[in-house]
Amino acid sequence: MTQNDRMQYRKQKRLQRSAAIWSALEPFAYLLPFMVSIAIFTLYPVFNVVLMSFKEGFRMLTGQYTAIGLGNYTYVINDKYFANALTNTALYVAFVVPISTVLAVVLANLLNRKVRGMALFQTAYFLPMVTSITASGLAWKFMFSRDFGVINQVLSWFGVDKINWLQAPSWNIYALIIYGIWSILPFTIILLLSGLQNIDETYYTAARVDGAKSGRIFFRITVPMLAPTIGLVLTINTISSSKVFNELYPLFNGRPGHSYNLYTVVYYIFDQFYSKSKAGRAAAAALILFLIIFVITMLQQLIQRKWTH
Amino acid sequence: MNAKTKAHVGTLLLAGGFLLFLYGALTIIVDNAIAFSTRTATAATAEPRINESLFAGLTFAGIALMAIGLYLNHSWQTRRVVGRSLTYFFLTLGAVLMIFPFFWMFSSAFKTAQEVATFPPKWLPSRLSFDNFVIAFAKADFARYFLNSIIITASSVFFTGITTILAAFAFSRLKFPGRDLVFTLLLSMMMIPFEMLVITNYETIALWRMIDTLPALVIPFLSSIFYTYILRNFFLSIPDSLYWSARVDGASNWRYLWKVMVPIARPSLVTILLLNAISAWNSFMWPMLIINSPGNRTLPLGLYVFMTDAGINFELLMAASTVVVLPIILLFLFARKQIINGVARGGLKG
Repeated sequence: MTQNDRMQYRKQKRLQRSAAIWSALEPFAYLLPFMVSIAIFTLYPVFNVVLMSFKEGFRMLTGQYTAIGLGNYTYVINDKYFANALTNTALYVAFVVPISTVLAVVLANLLNRKVRGMALFQTAYFLPMVTSITASGLAWKFMFSRDFGVINQVLSWFGVDKINWLQAPSWNIYALIIYGIWSILPFTIILLLSGLQNIDETYYTAARVDGAKSGRIFFRITVPMLAPTIGLVLTINTISSSKVFNELYPLFNGRPGHSYNLYTVVYYIFDQFYSKSKAGRAAAAALILFLIIFVITMLQQLIQRKWTH
Repeated sequence: MNAKTKAHVGTLLLAGGFLLFLYGALTIIVDNAIAFSTRTATAATAEPRINESLFAGLTFAGIALMAIGLYLNHSWQTRRVVGRSLTYFFLTLGAVLMIFPFFWMFSSAFKTAQEVATFPPKWLPSRLSFDNFVIAFAKADFARYFLNSIIITASSVFFTGITTILAAFAFSRLKFPGRDLVFTLLLSMMMIPFEMLVITNYETIALWRMIDTLPALVIPFLSSIFYTYILRNFFLSIPDSLYWSARVDGASNWRYLWKVMVPIARPSLVTILLLNAISAWNSFMWPMLIINSPGNRTLPLGLYVFMTDAGINFELLMAASTVVVLPIILLFLFARKQIINGVARGGLKG
């Protein structure tokens, strides 16, 4: 082997080794931007919020706190505004989720028939989903207006007196619920529609050959076959409507109702953390919300598993 | 009566009942509309000029006749026609209700201050003038908000697009120890609501001294587990043979990703970027926390501040709202199918 050959051989070896190192490292180079931002803005906050919820008298930025304990939790649980927030949120979920699901099942079935003008119908039904809540909320605020609102006008045709939708404490949650149903409906319809389109056509053909009526087909084939999708919709909508927050801003000028009776859980979290600078209490409230959502989700999964069998 | 005459009578009753129903219902609606629009602001109630109970009776008689007609003639053709009509009727009714707030927003954006503050409300403006838009743009710097929103949305789409493509490629095509385990763990993070993370993220941004800056609106959302999940699934469906033949031809992973995979995955990618653009454009909670100075406001935030400043000048508020929703509505009209497709996969978080 000449000197030259040996050098050639070493060079090749070195190249091979660096290629091997690169092929082992390459995946991490691709992952780096993703992982760094996920680590800082998703993983770290998950652990931090748990720690923060146990730090009493926690001050943001300086990171000082007076004690470690359950003080934040006992404060939040005994706070009458948090109780108000829980009641309102529960009421909101209890109205919005079932009503929007029933409406969406009917509308998705109608949309699933071969109708003309599908583009028009889709645009009309799905527009609320893509538009800003702040902007559409303002339109609803105008429509709900006691003195100049179109909703009170339409109600007056049926002899209903003017309702103070937004100011009256007994009415404002219904304004929020009506608006909530309208804004969650498009998403619900889309999920159910894609569930409907996944049902095998042969079931319907077989049923029709056997002479089944359309009502019977709907309740004996469509609804049972759609059950998993309905379960999914119920879960997702329960989670997203228990986080109702943004809707309060256009409707009530950024207050939880004009007489501060309409706290929701997320609004309470923001109030504690942003307006009152009590990050520890906000963290405790956020964890309580997460726990409630988690339990409800698990329960729904359990019930659904029993129901589909 | 034999079957044939029964069917004919049924058809006649159906048609007649429908006409009667149409006549009664339309007369009541038109008369109410005229009565309401000609009514002065001082008069307490509108007086219908027709005998309303007579026409209500006609409407119900029409419905009853249609029911009898359907009972007499329920051949499959009749049932089909009736079923179709009912489908269209309810679909149209629902569509009108869903679209109504937008109609109200747009029509009120052109009304005068007097037209907005009357009861019963006017459904259409008396003239078509862009005064409200001019006043709204003069009272608040909506041009600036618009520009900020465009900057935020464009940079969010660009950067999220890149991190998503790279990560989806690593999680689908490249091999490294613990790949699928890490990915499953990341997926379980998807059920954690942003509301839980927002407190710490605010603190992080504050520690970085980035409060009240535009980049702070983009940085926390540089990566999305959900979008990566969608794109990874699509990448996995691209056959291996394509990859190996490209490698044999001497293409690097980098070249293969951008020259082969990304072009193939374009529909999925477009869907992801559209969903991302929509949520960046509409985002409200995070900008509200971060932004203080007027020059850094995005459109939804600027609209909200404008509402607290402008009070109940609904004609101005509706003009400003129109400016906020119009770009997204145009986007939706052009990319309806892709957006609906993406949402059907569980996307679009609030």
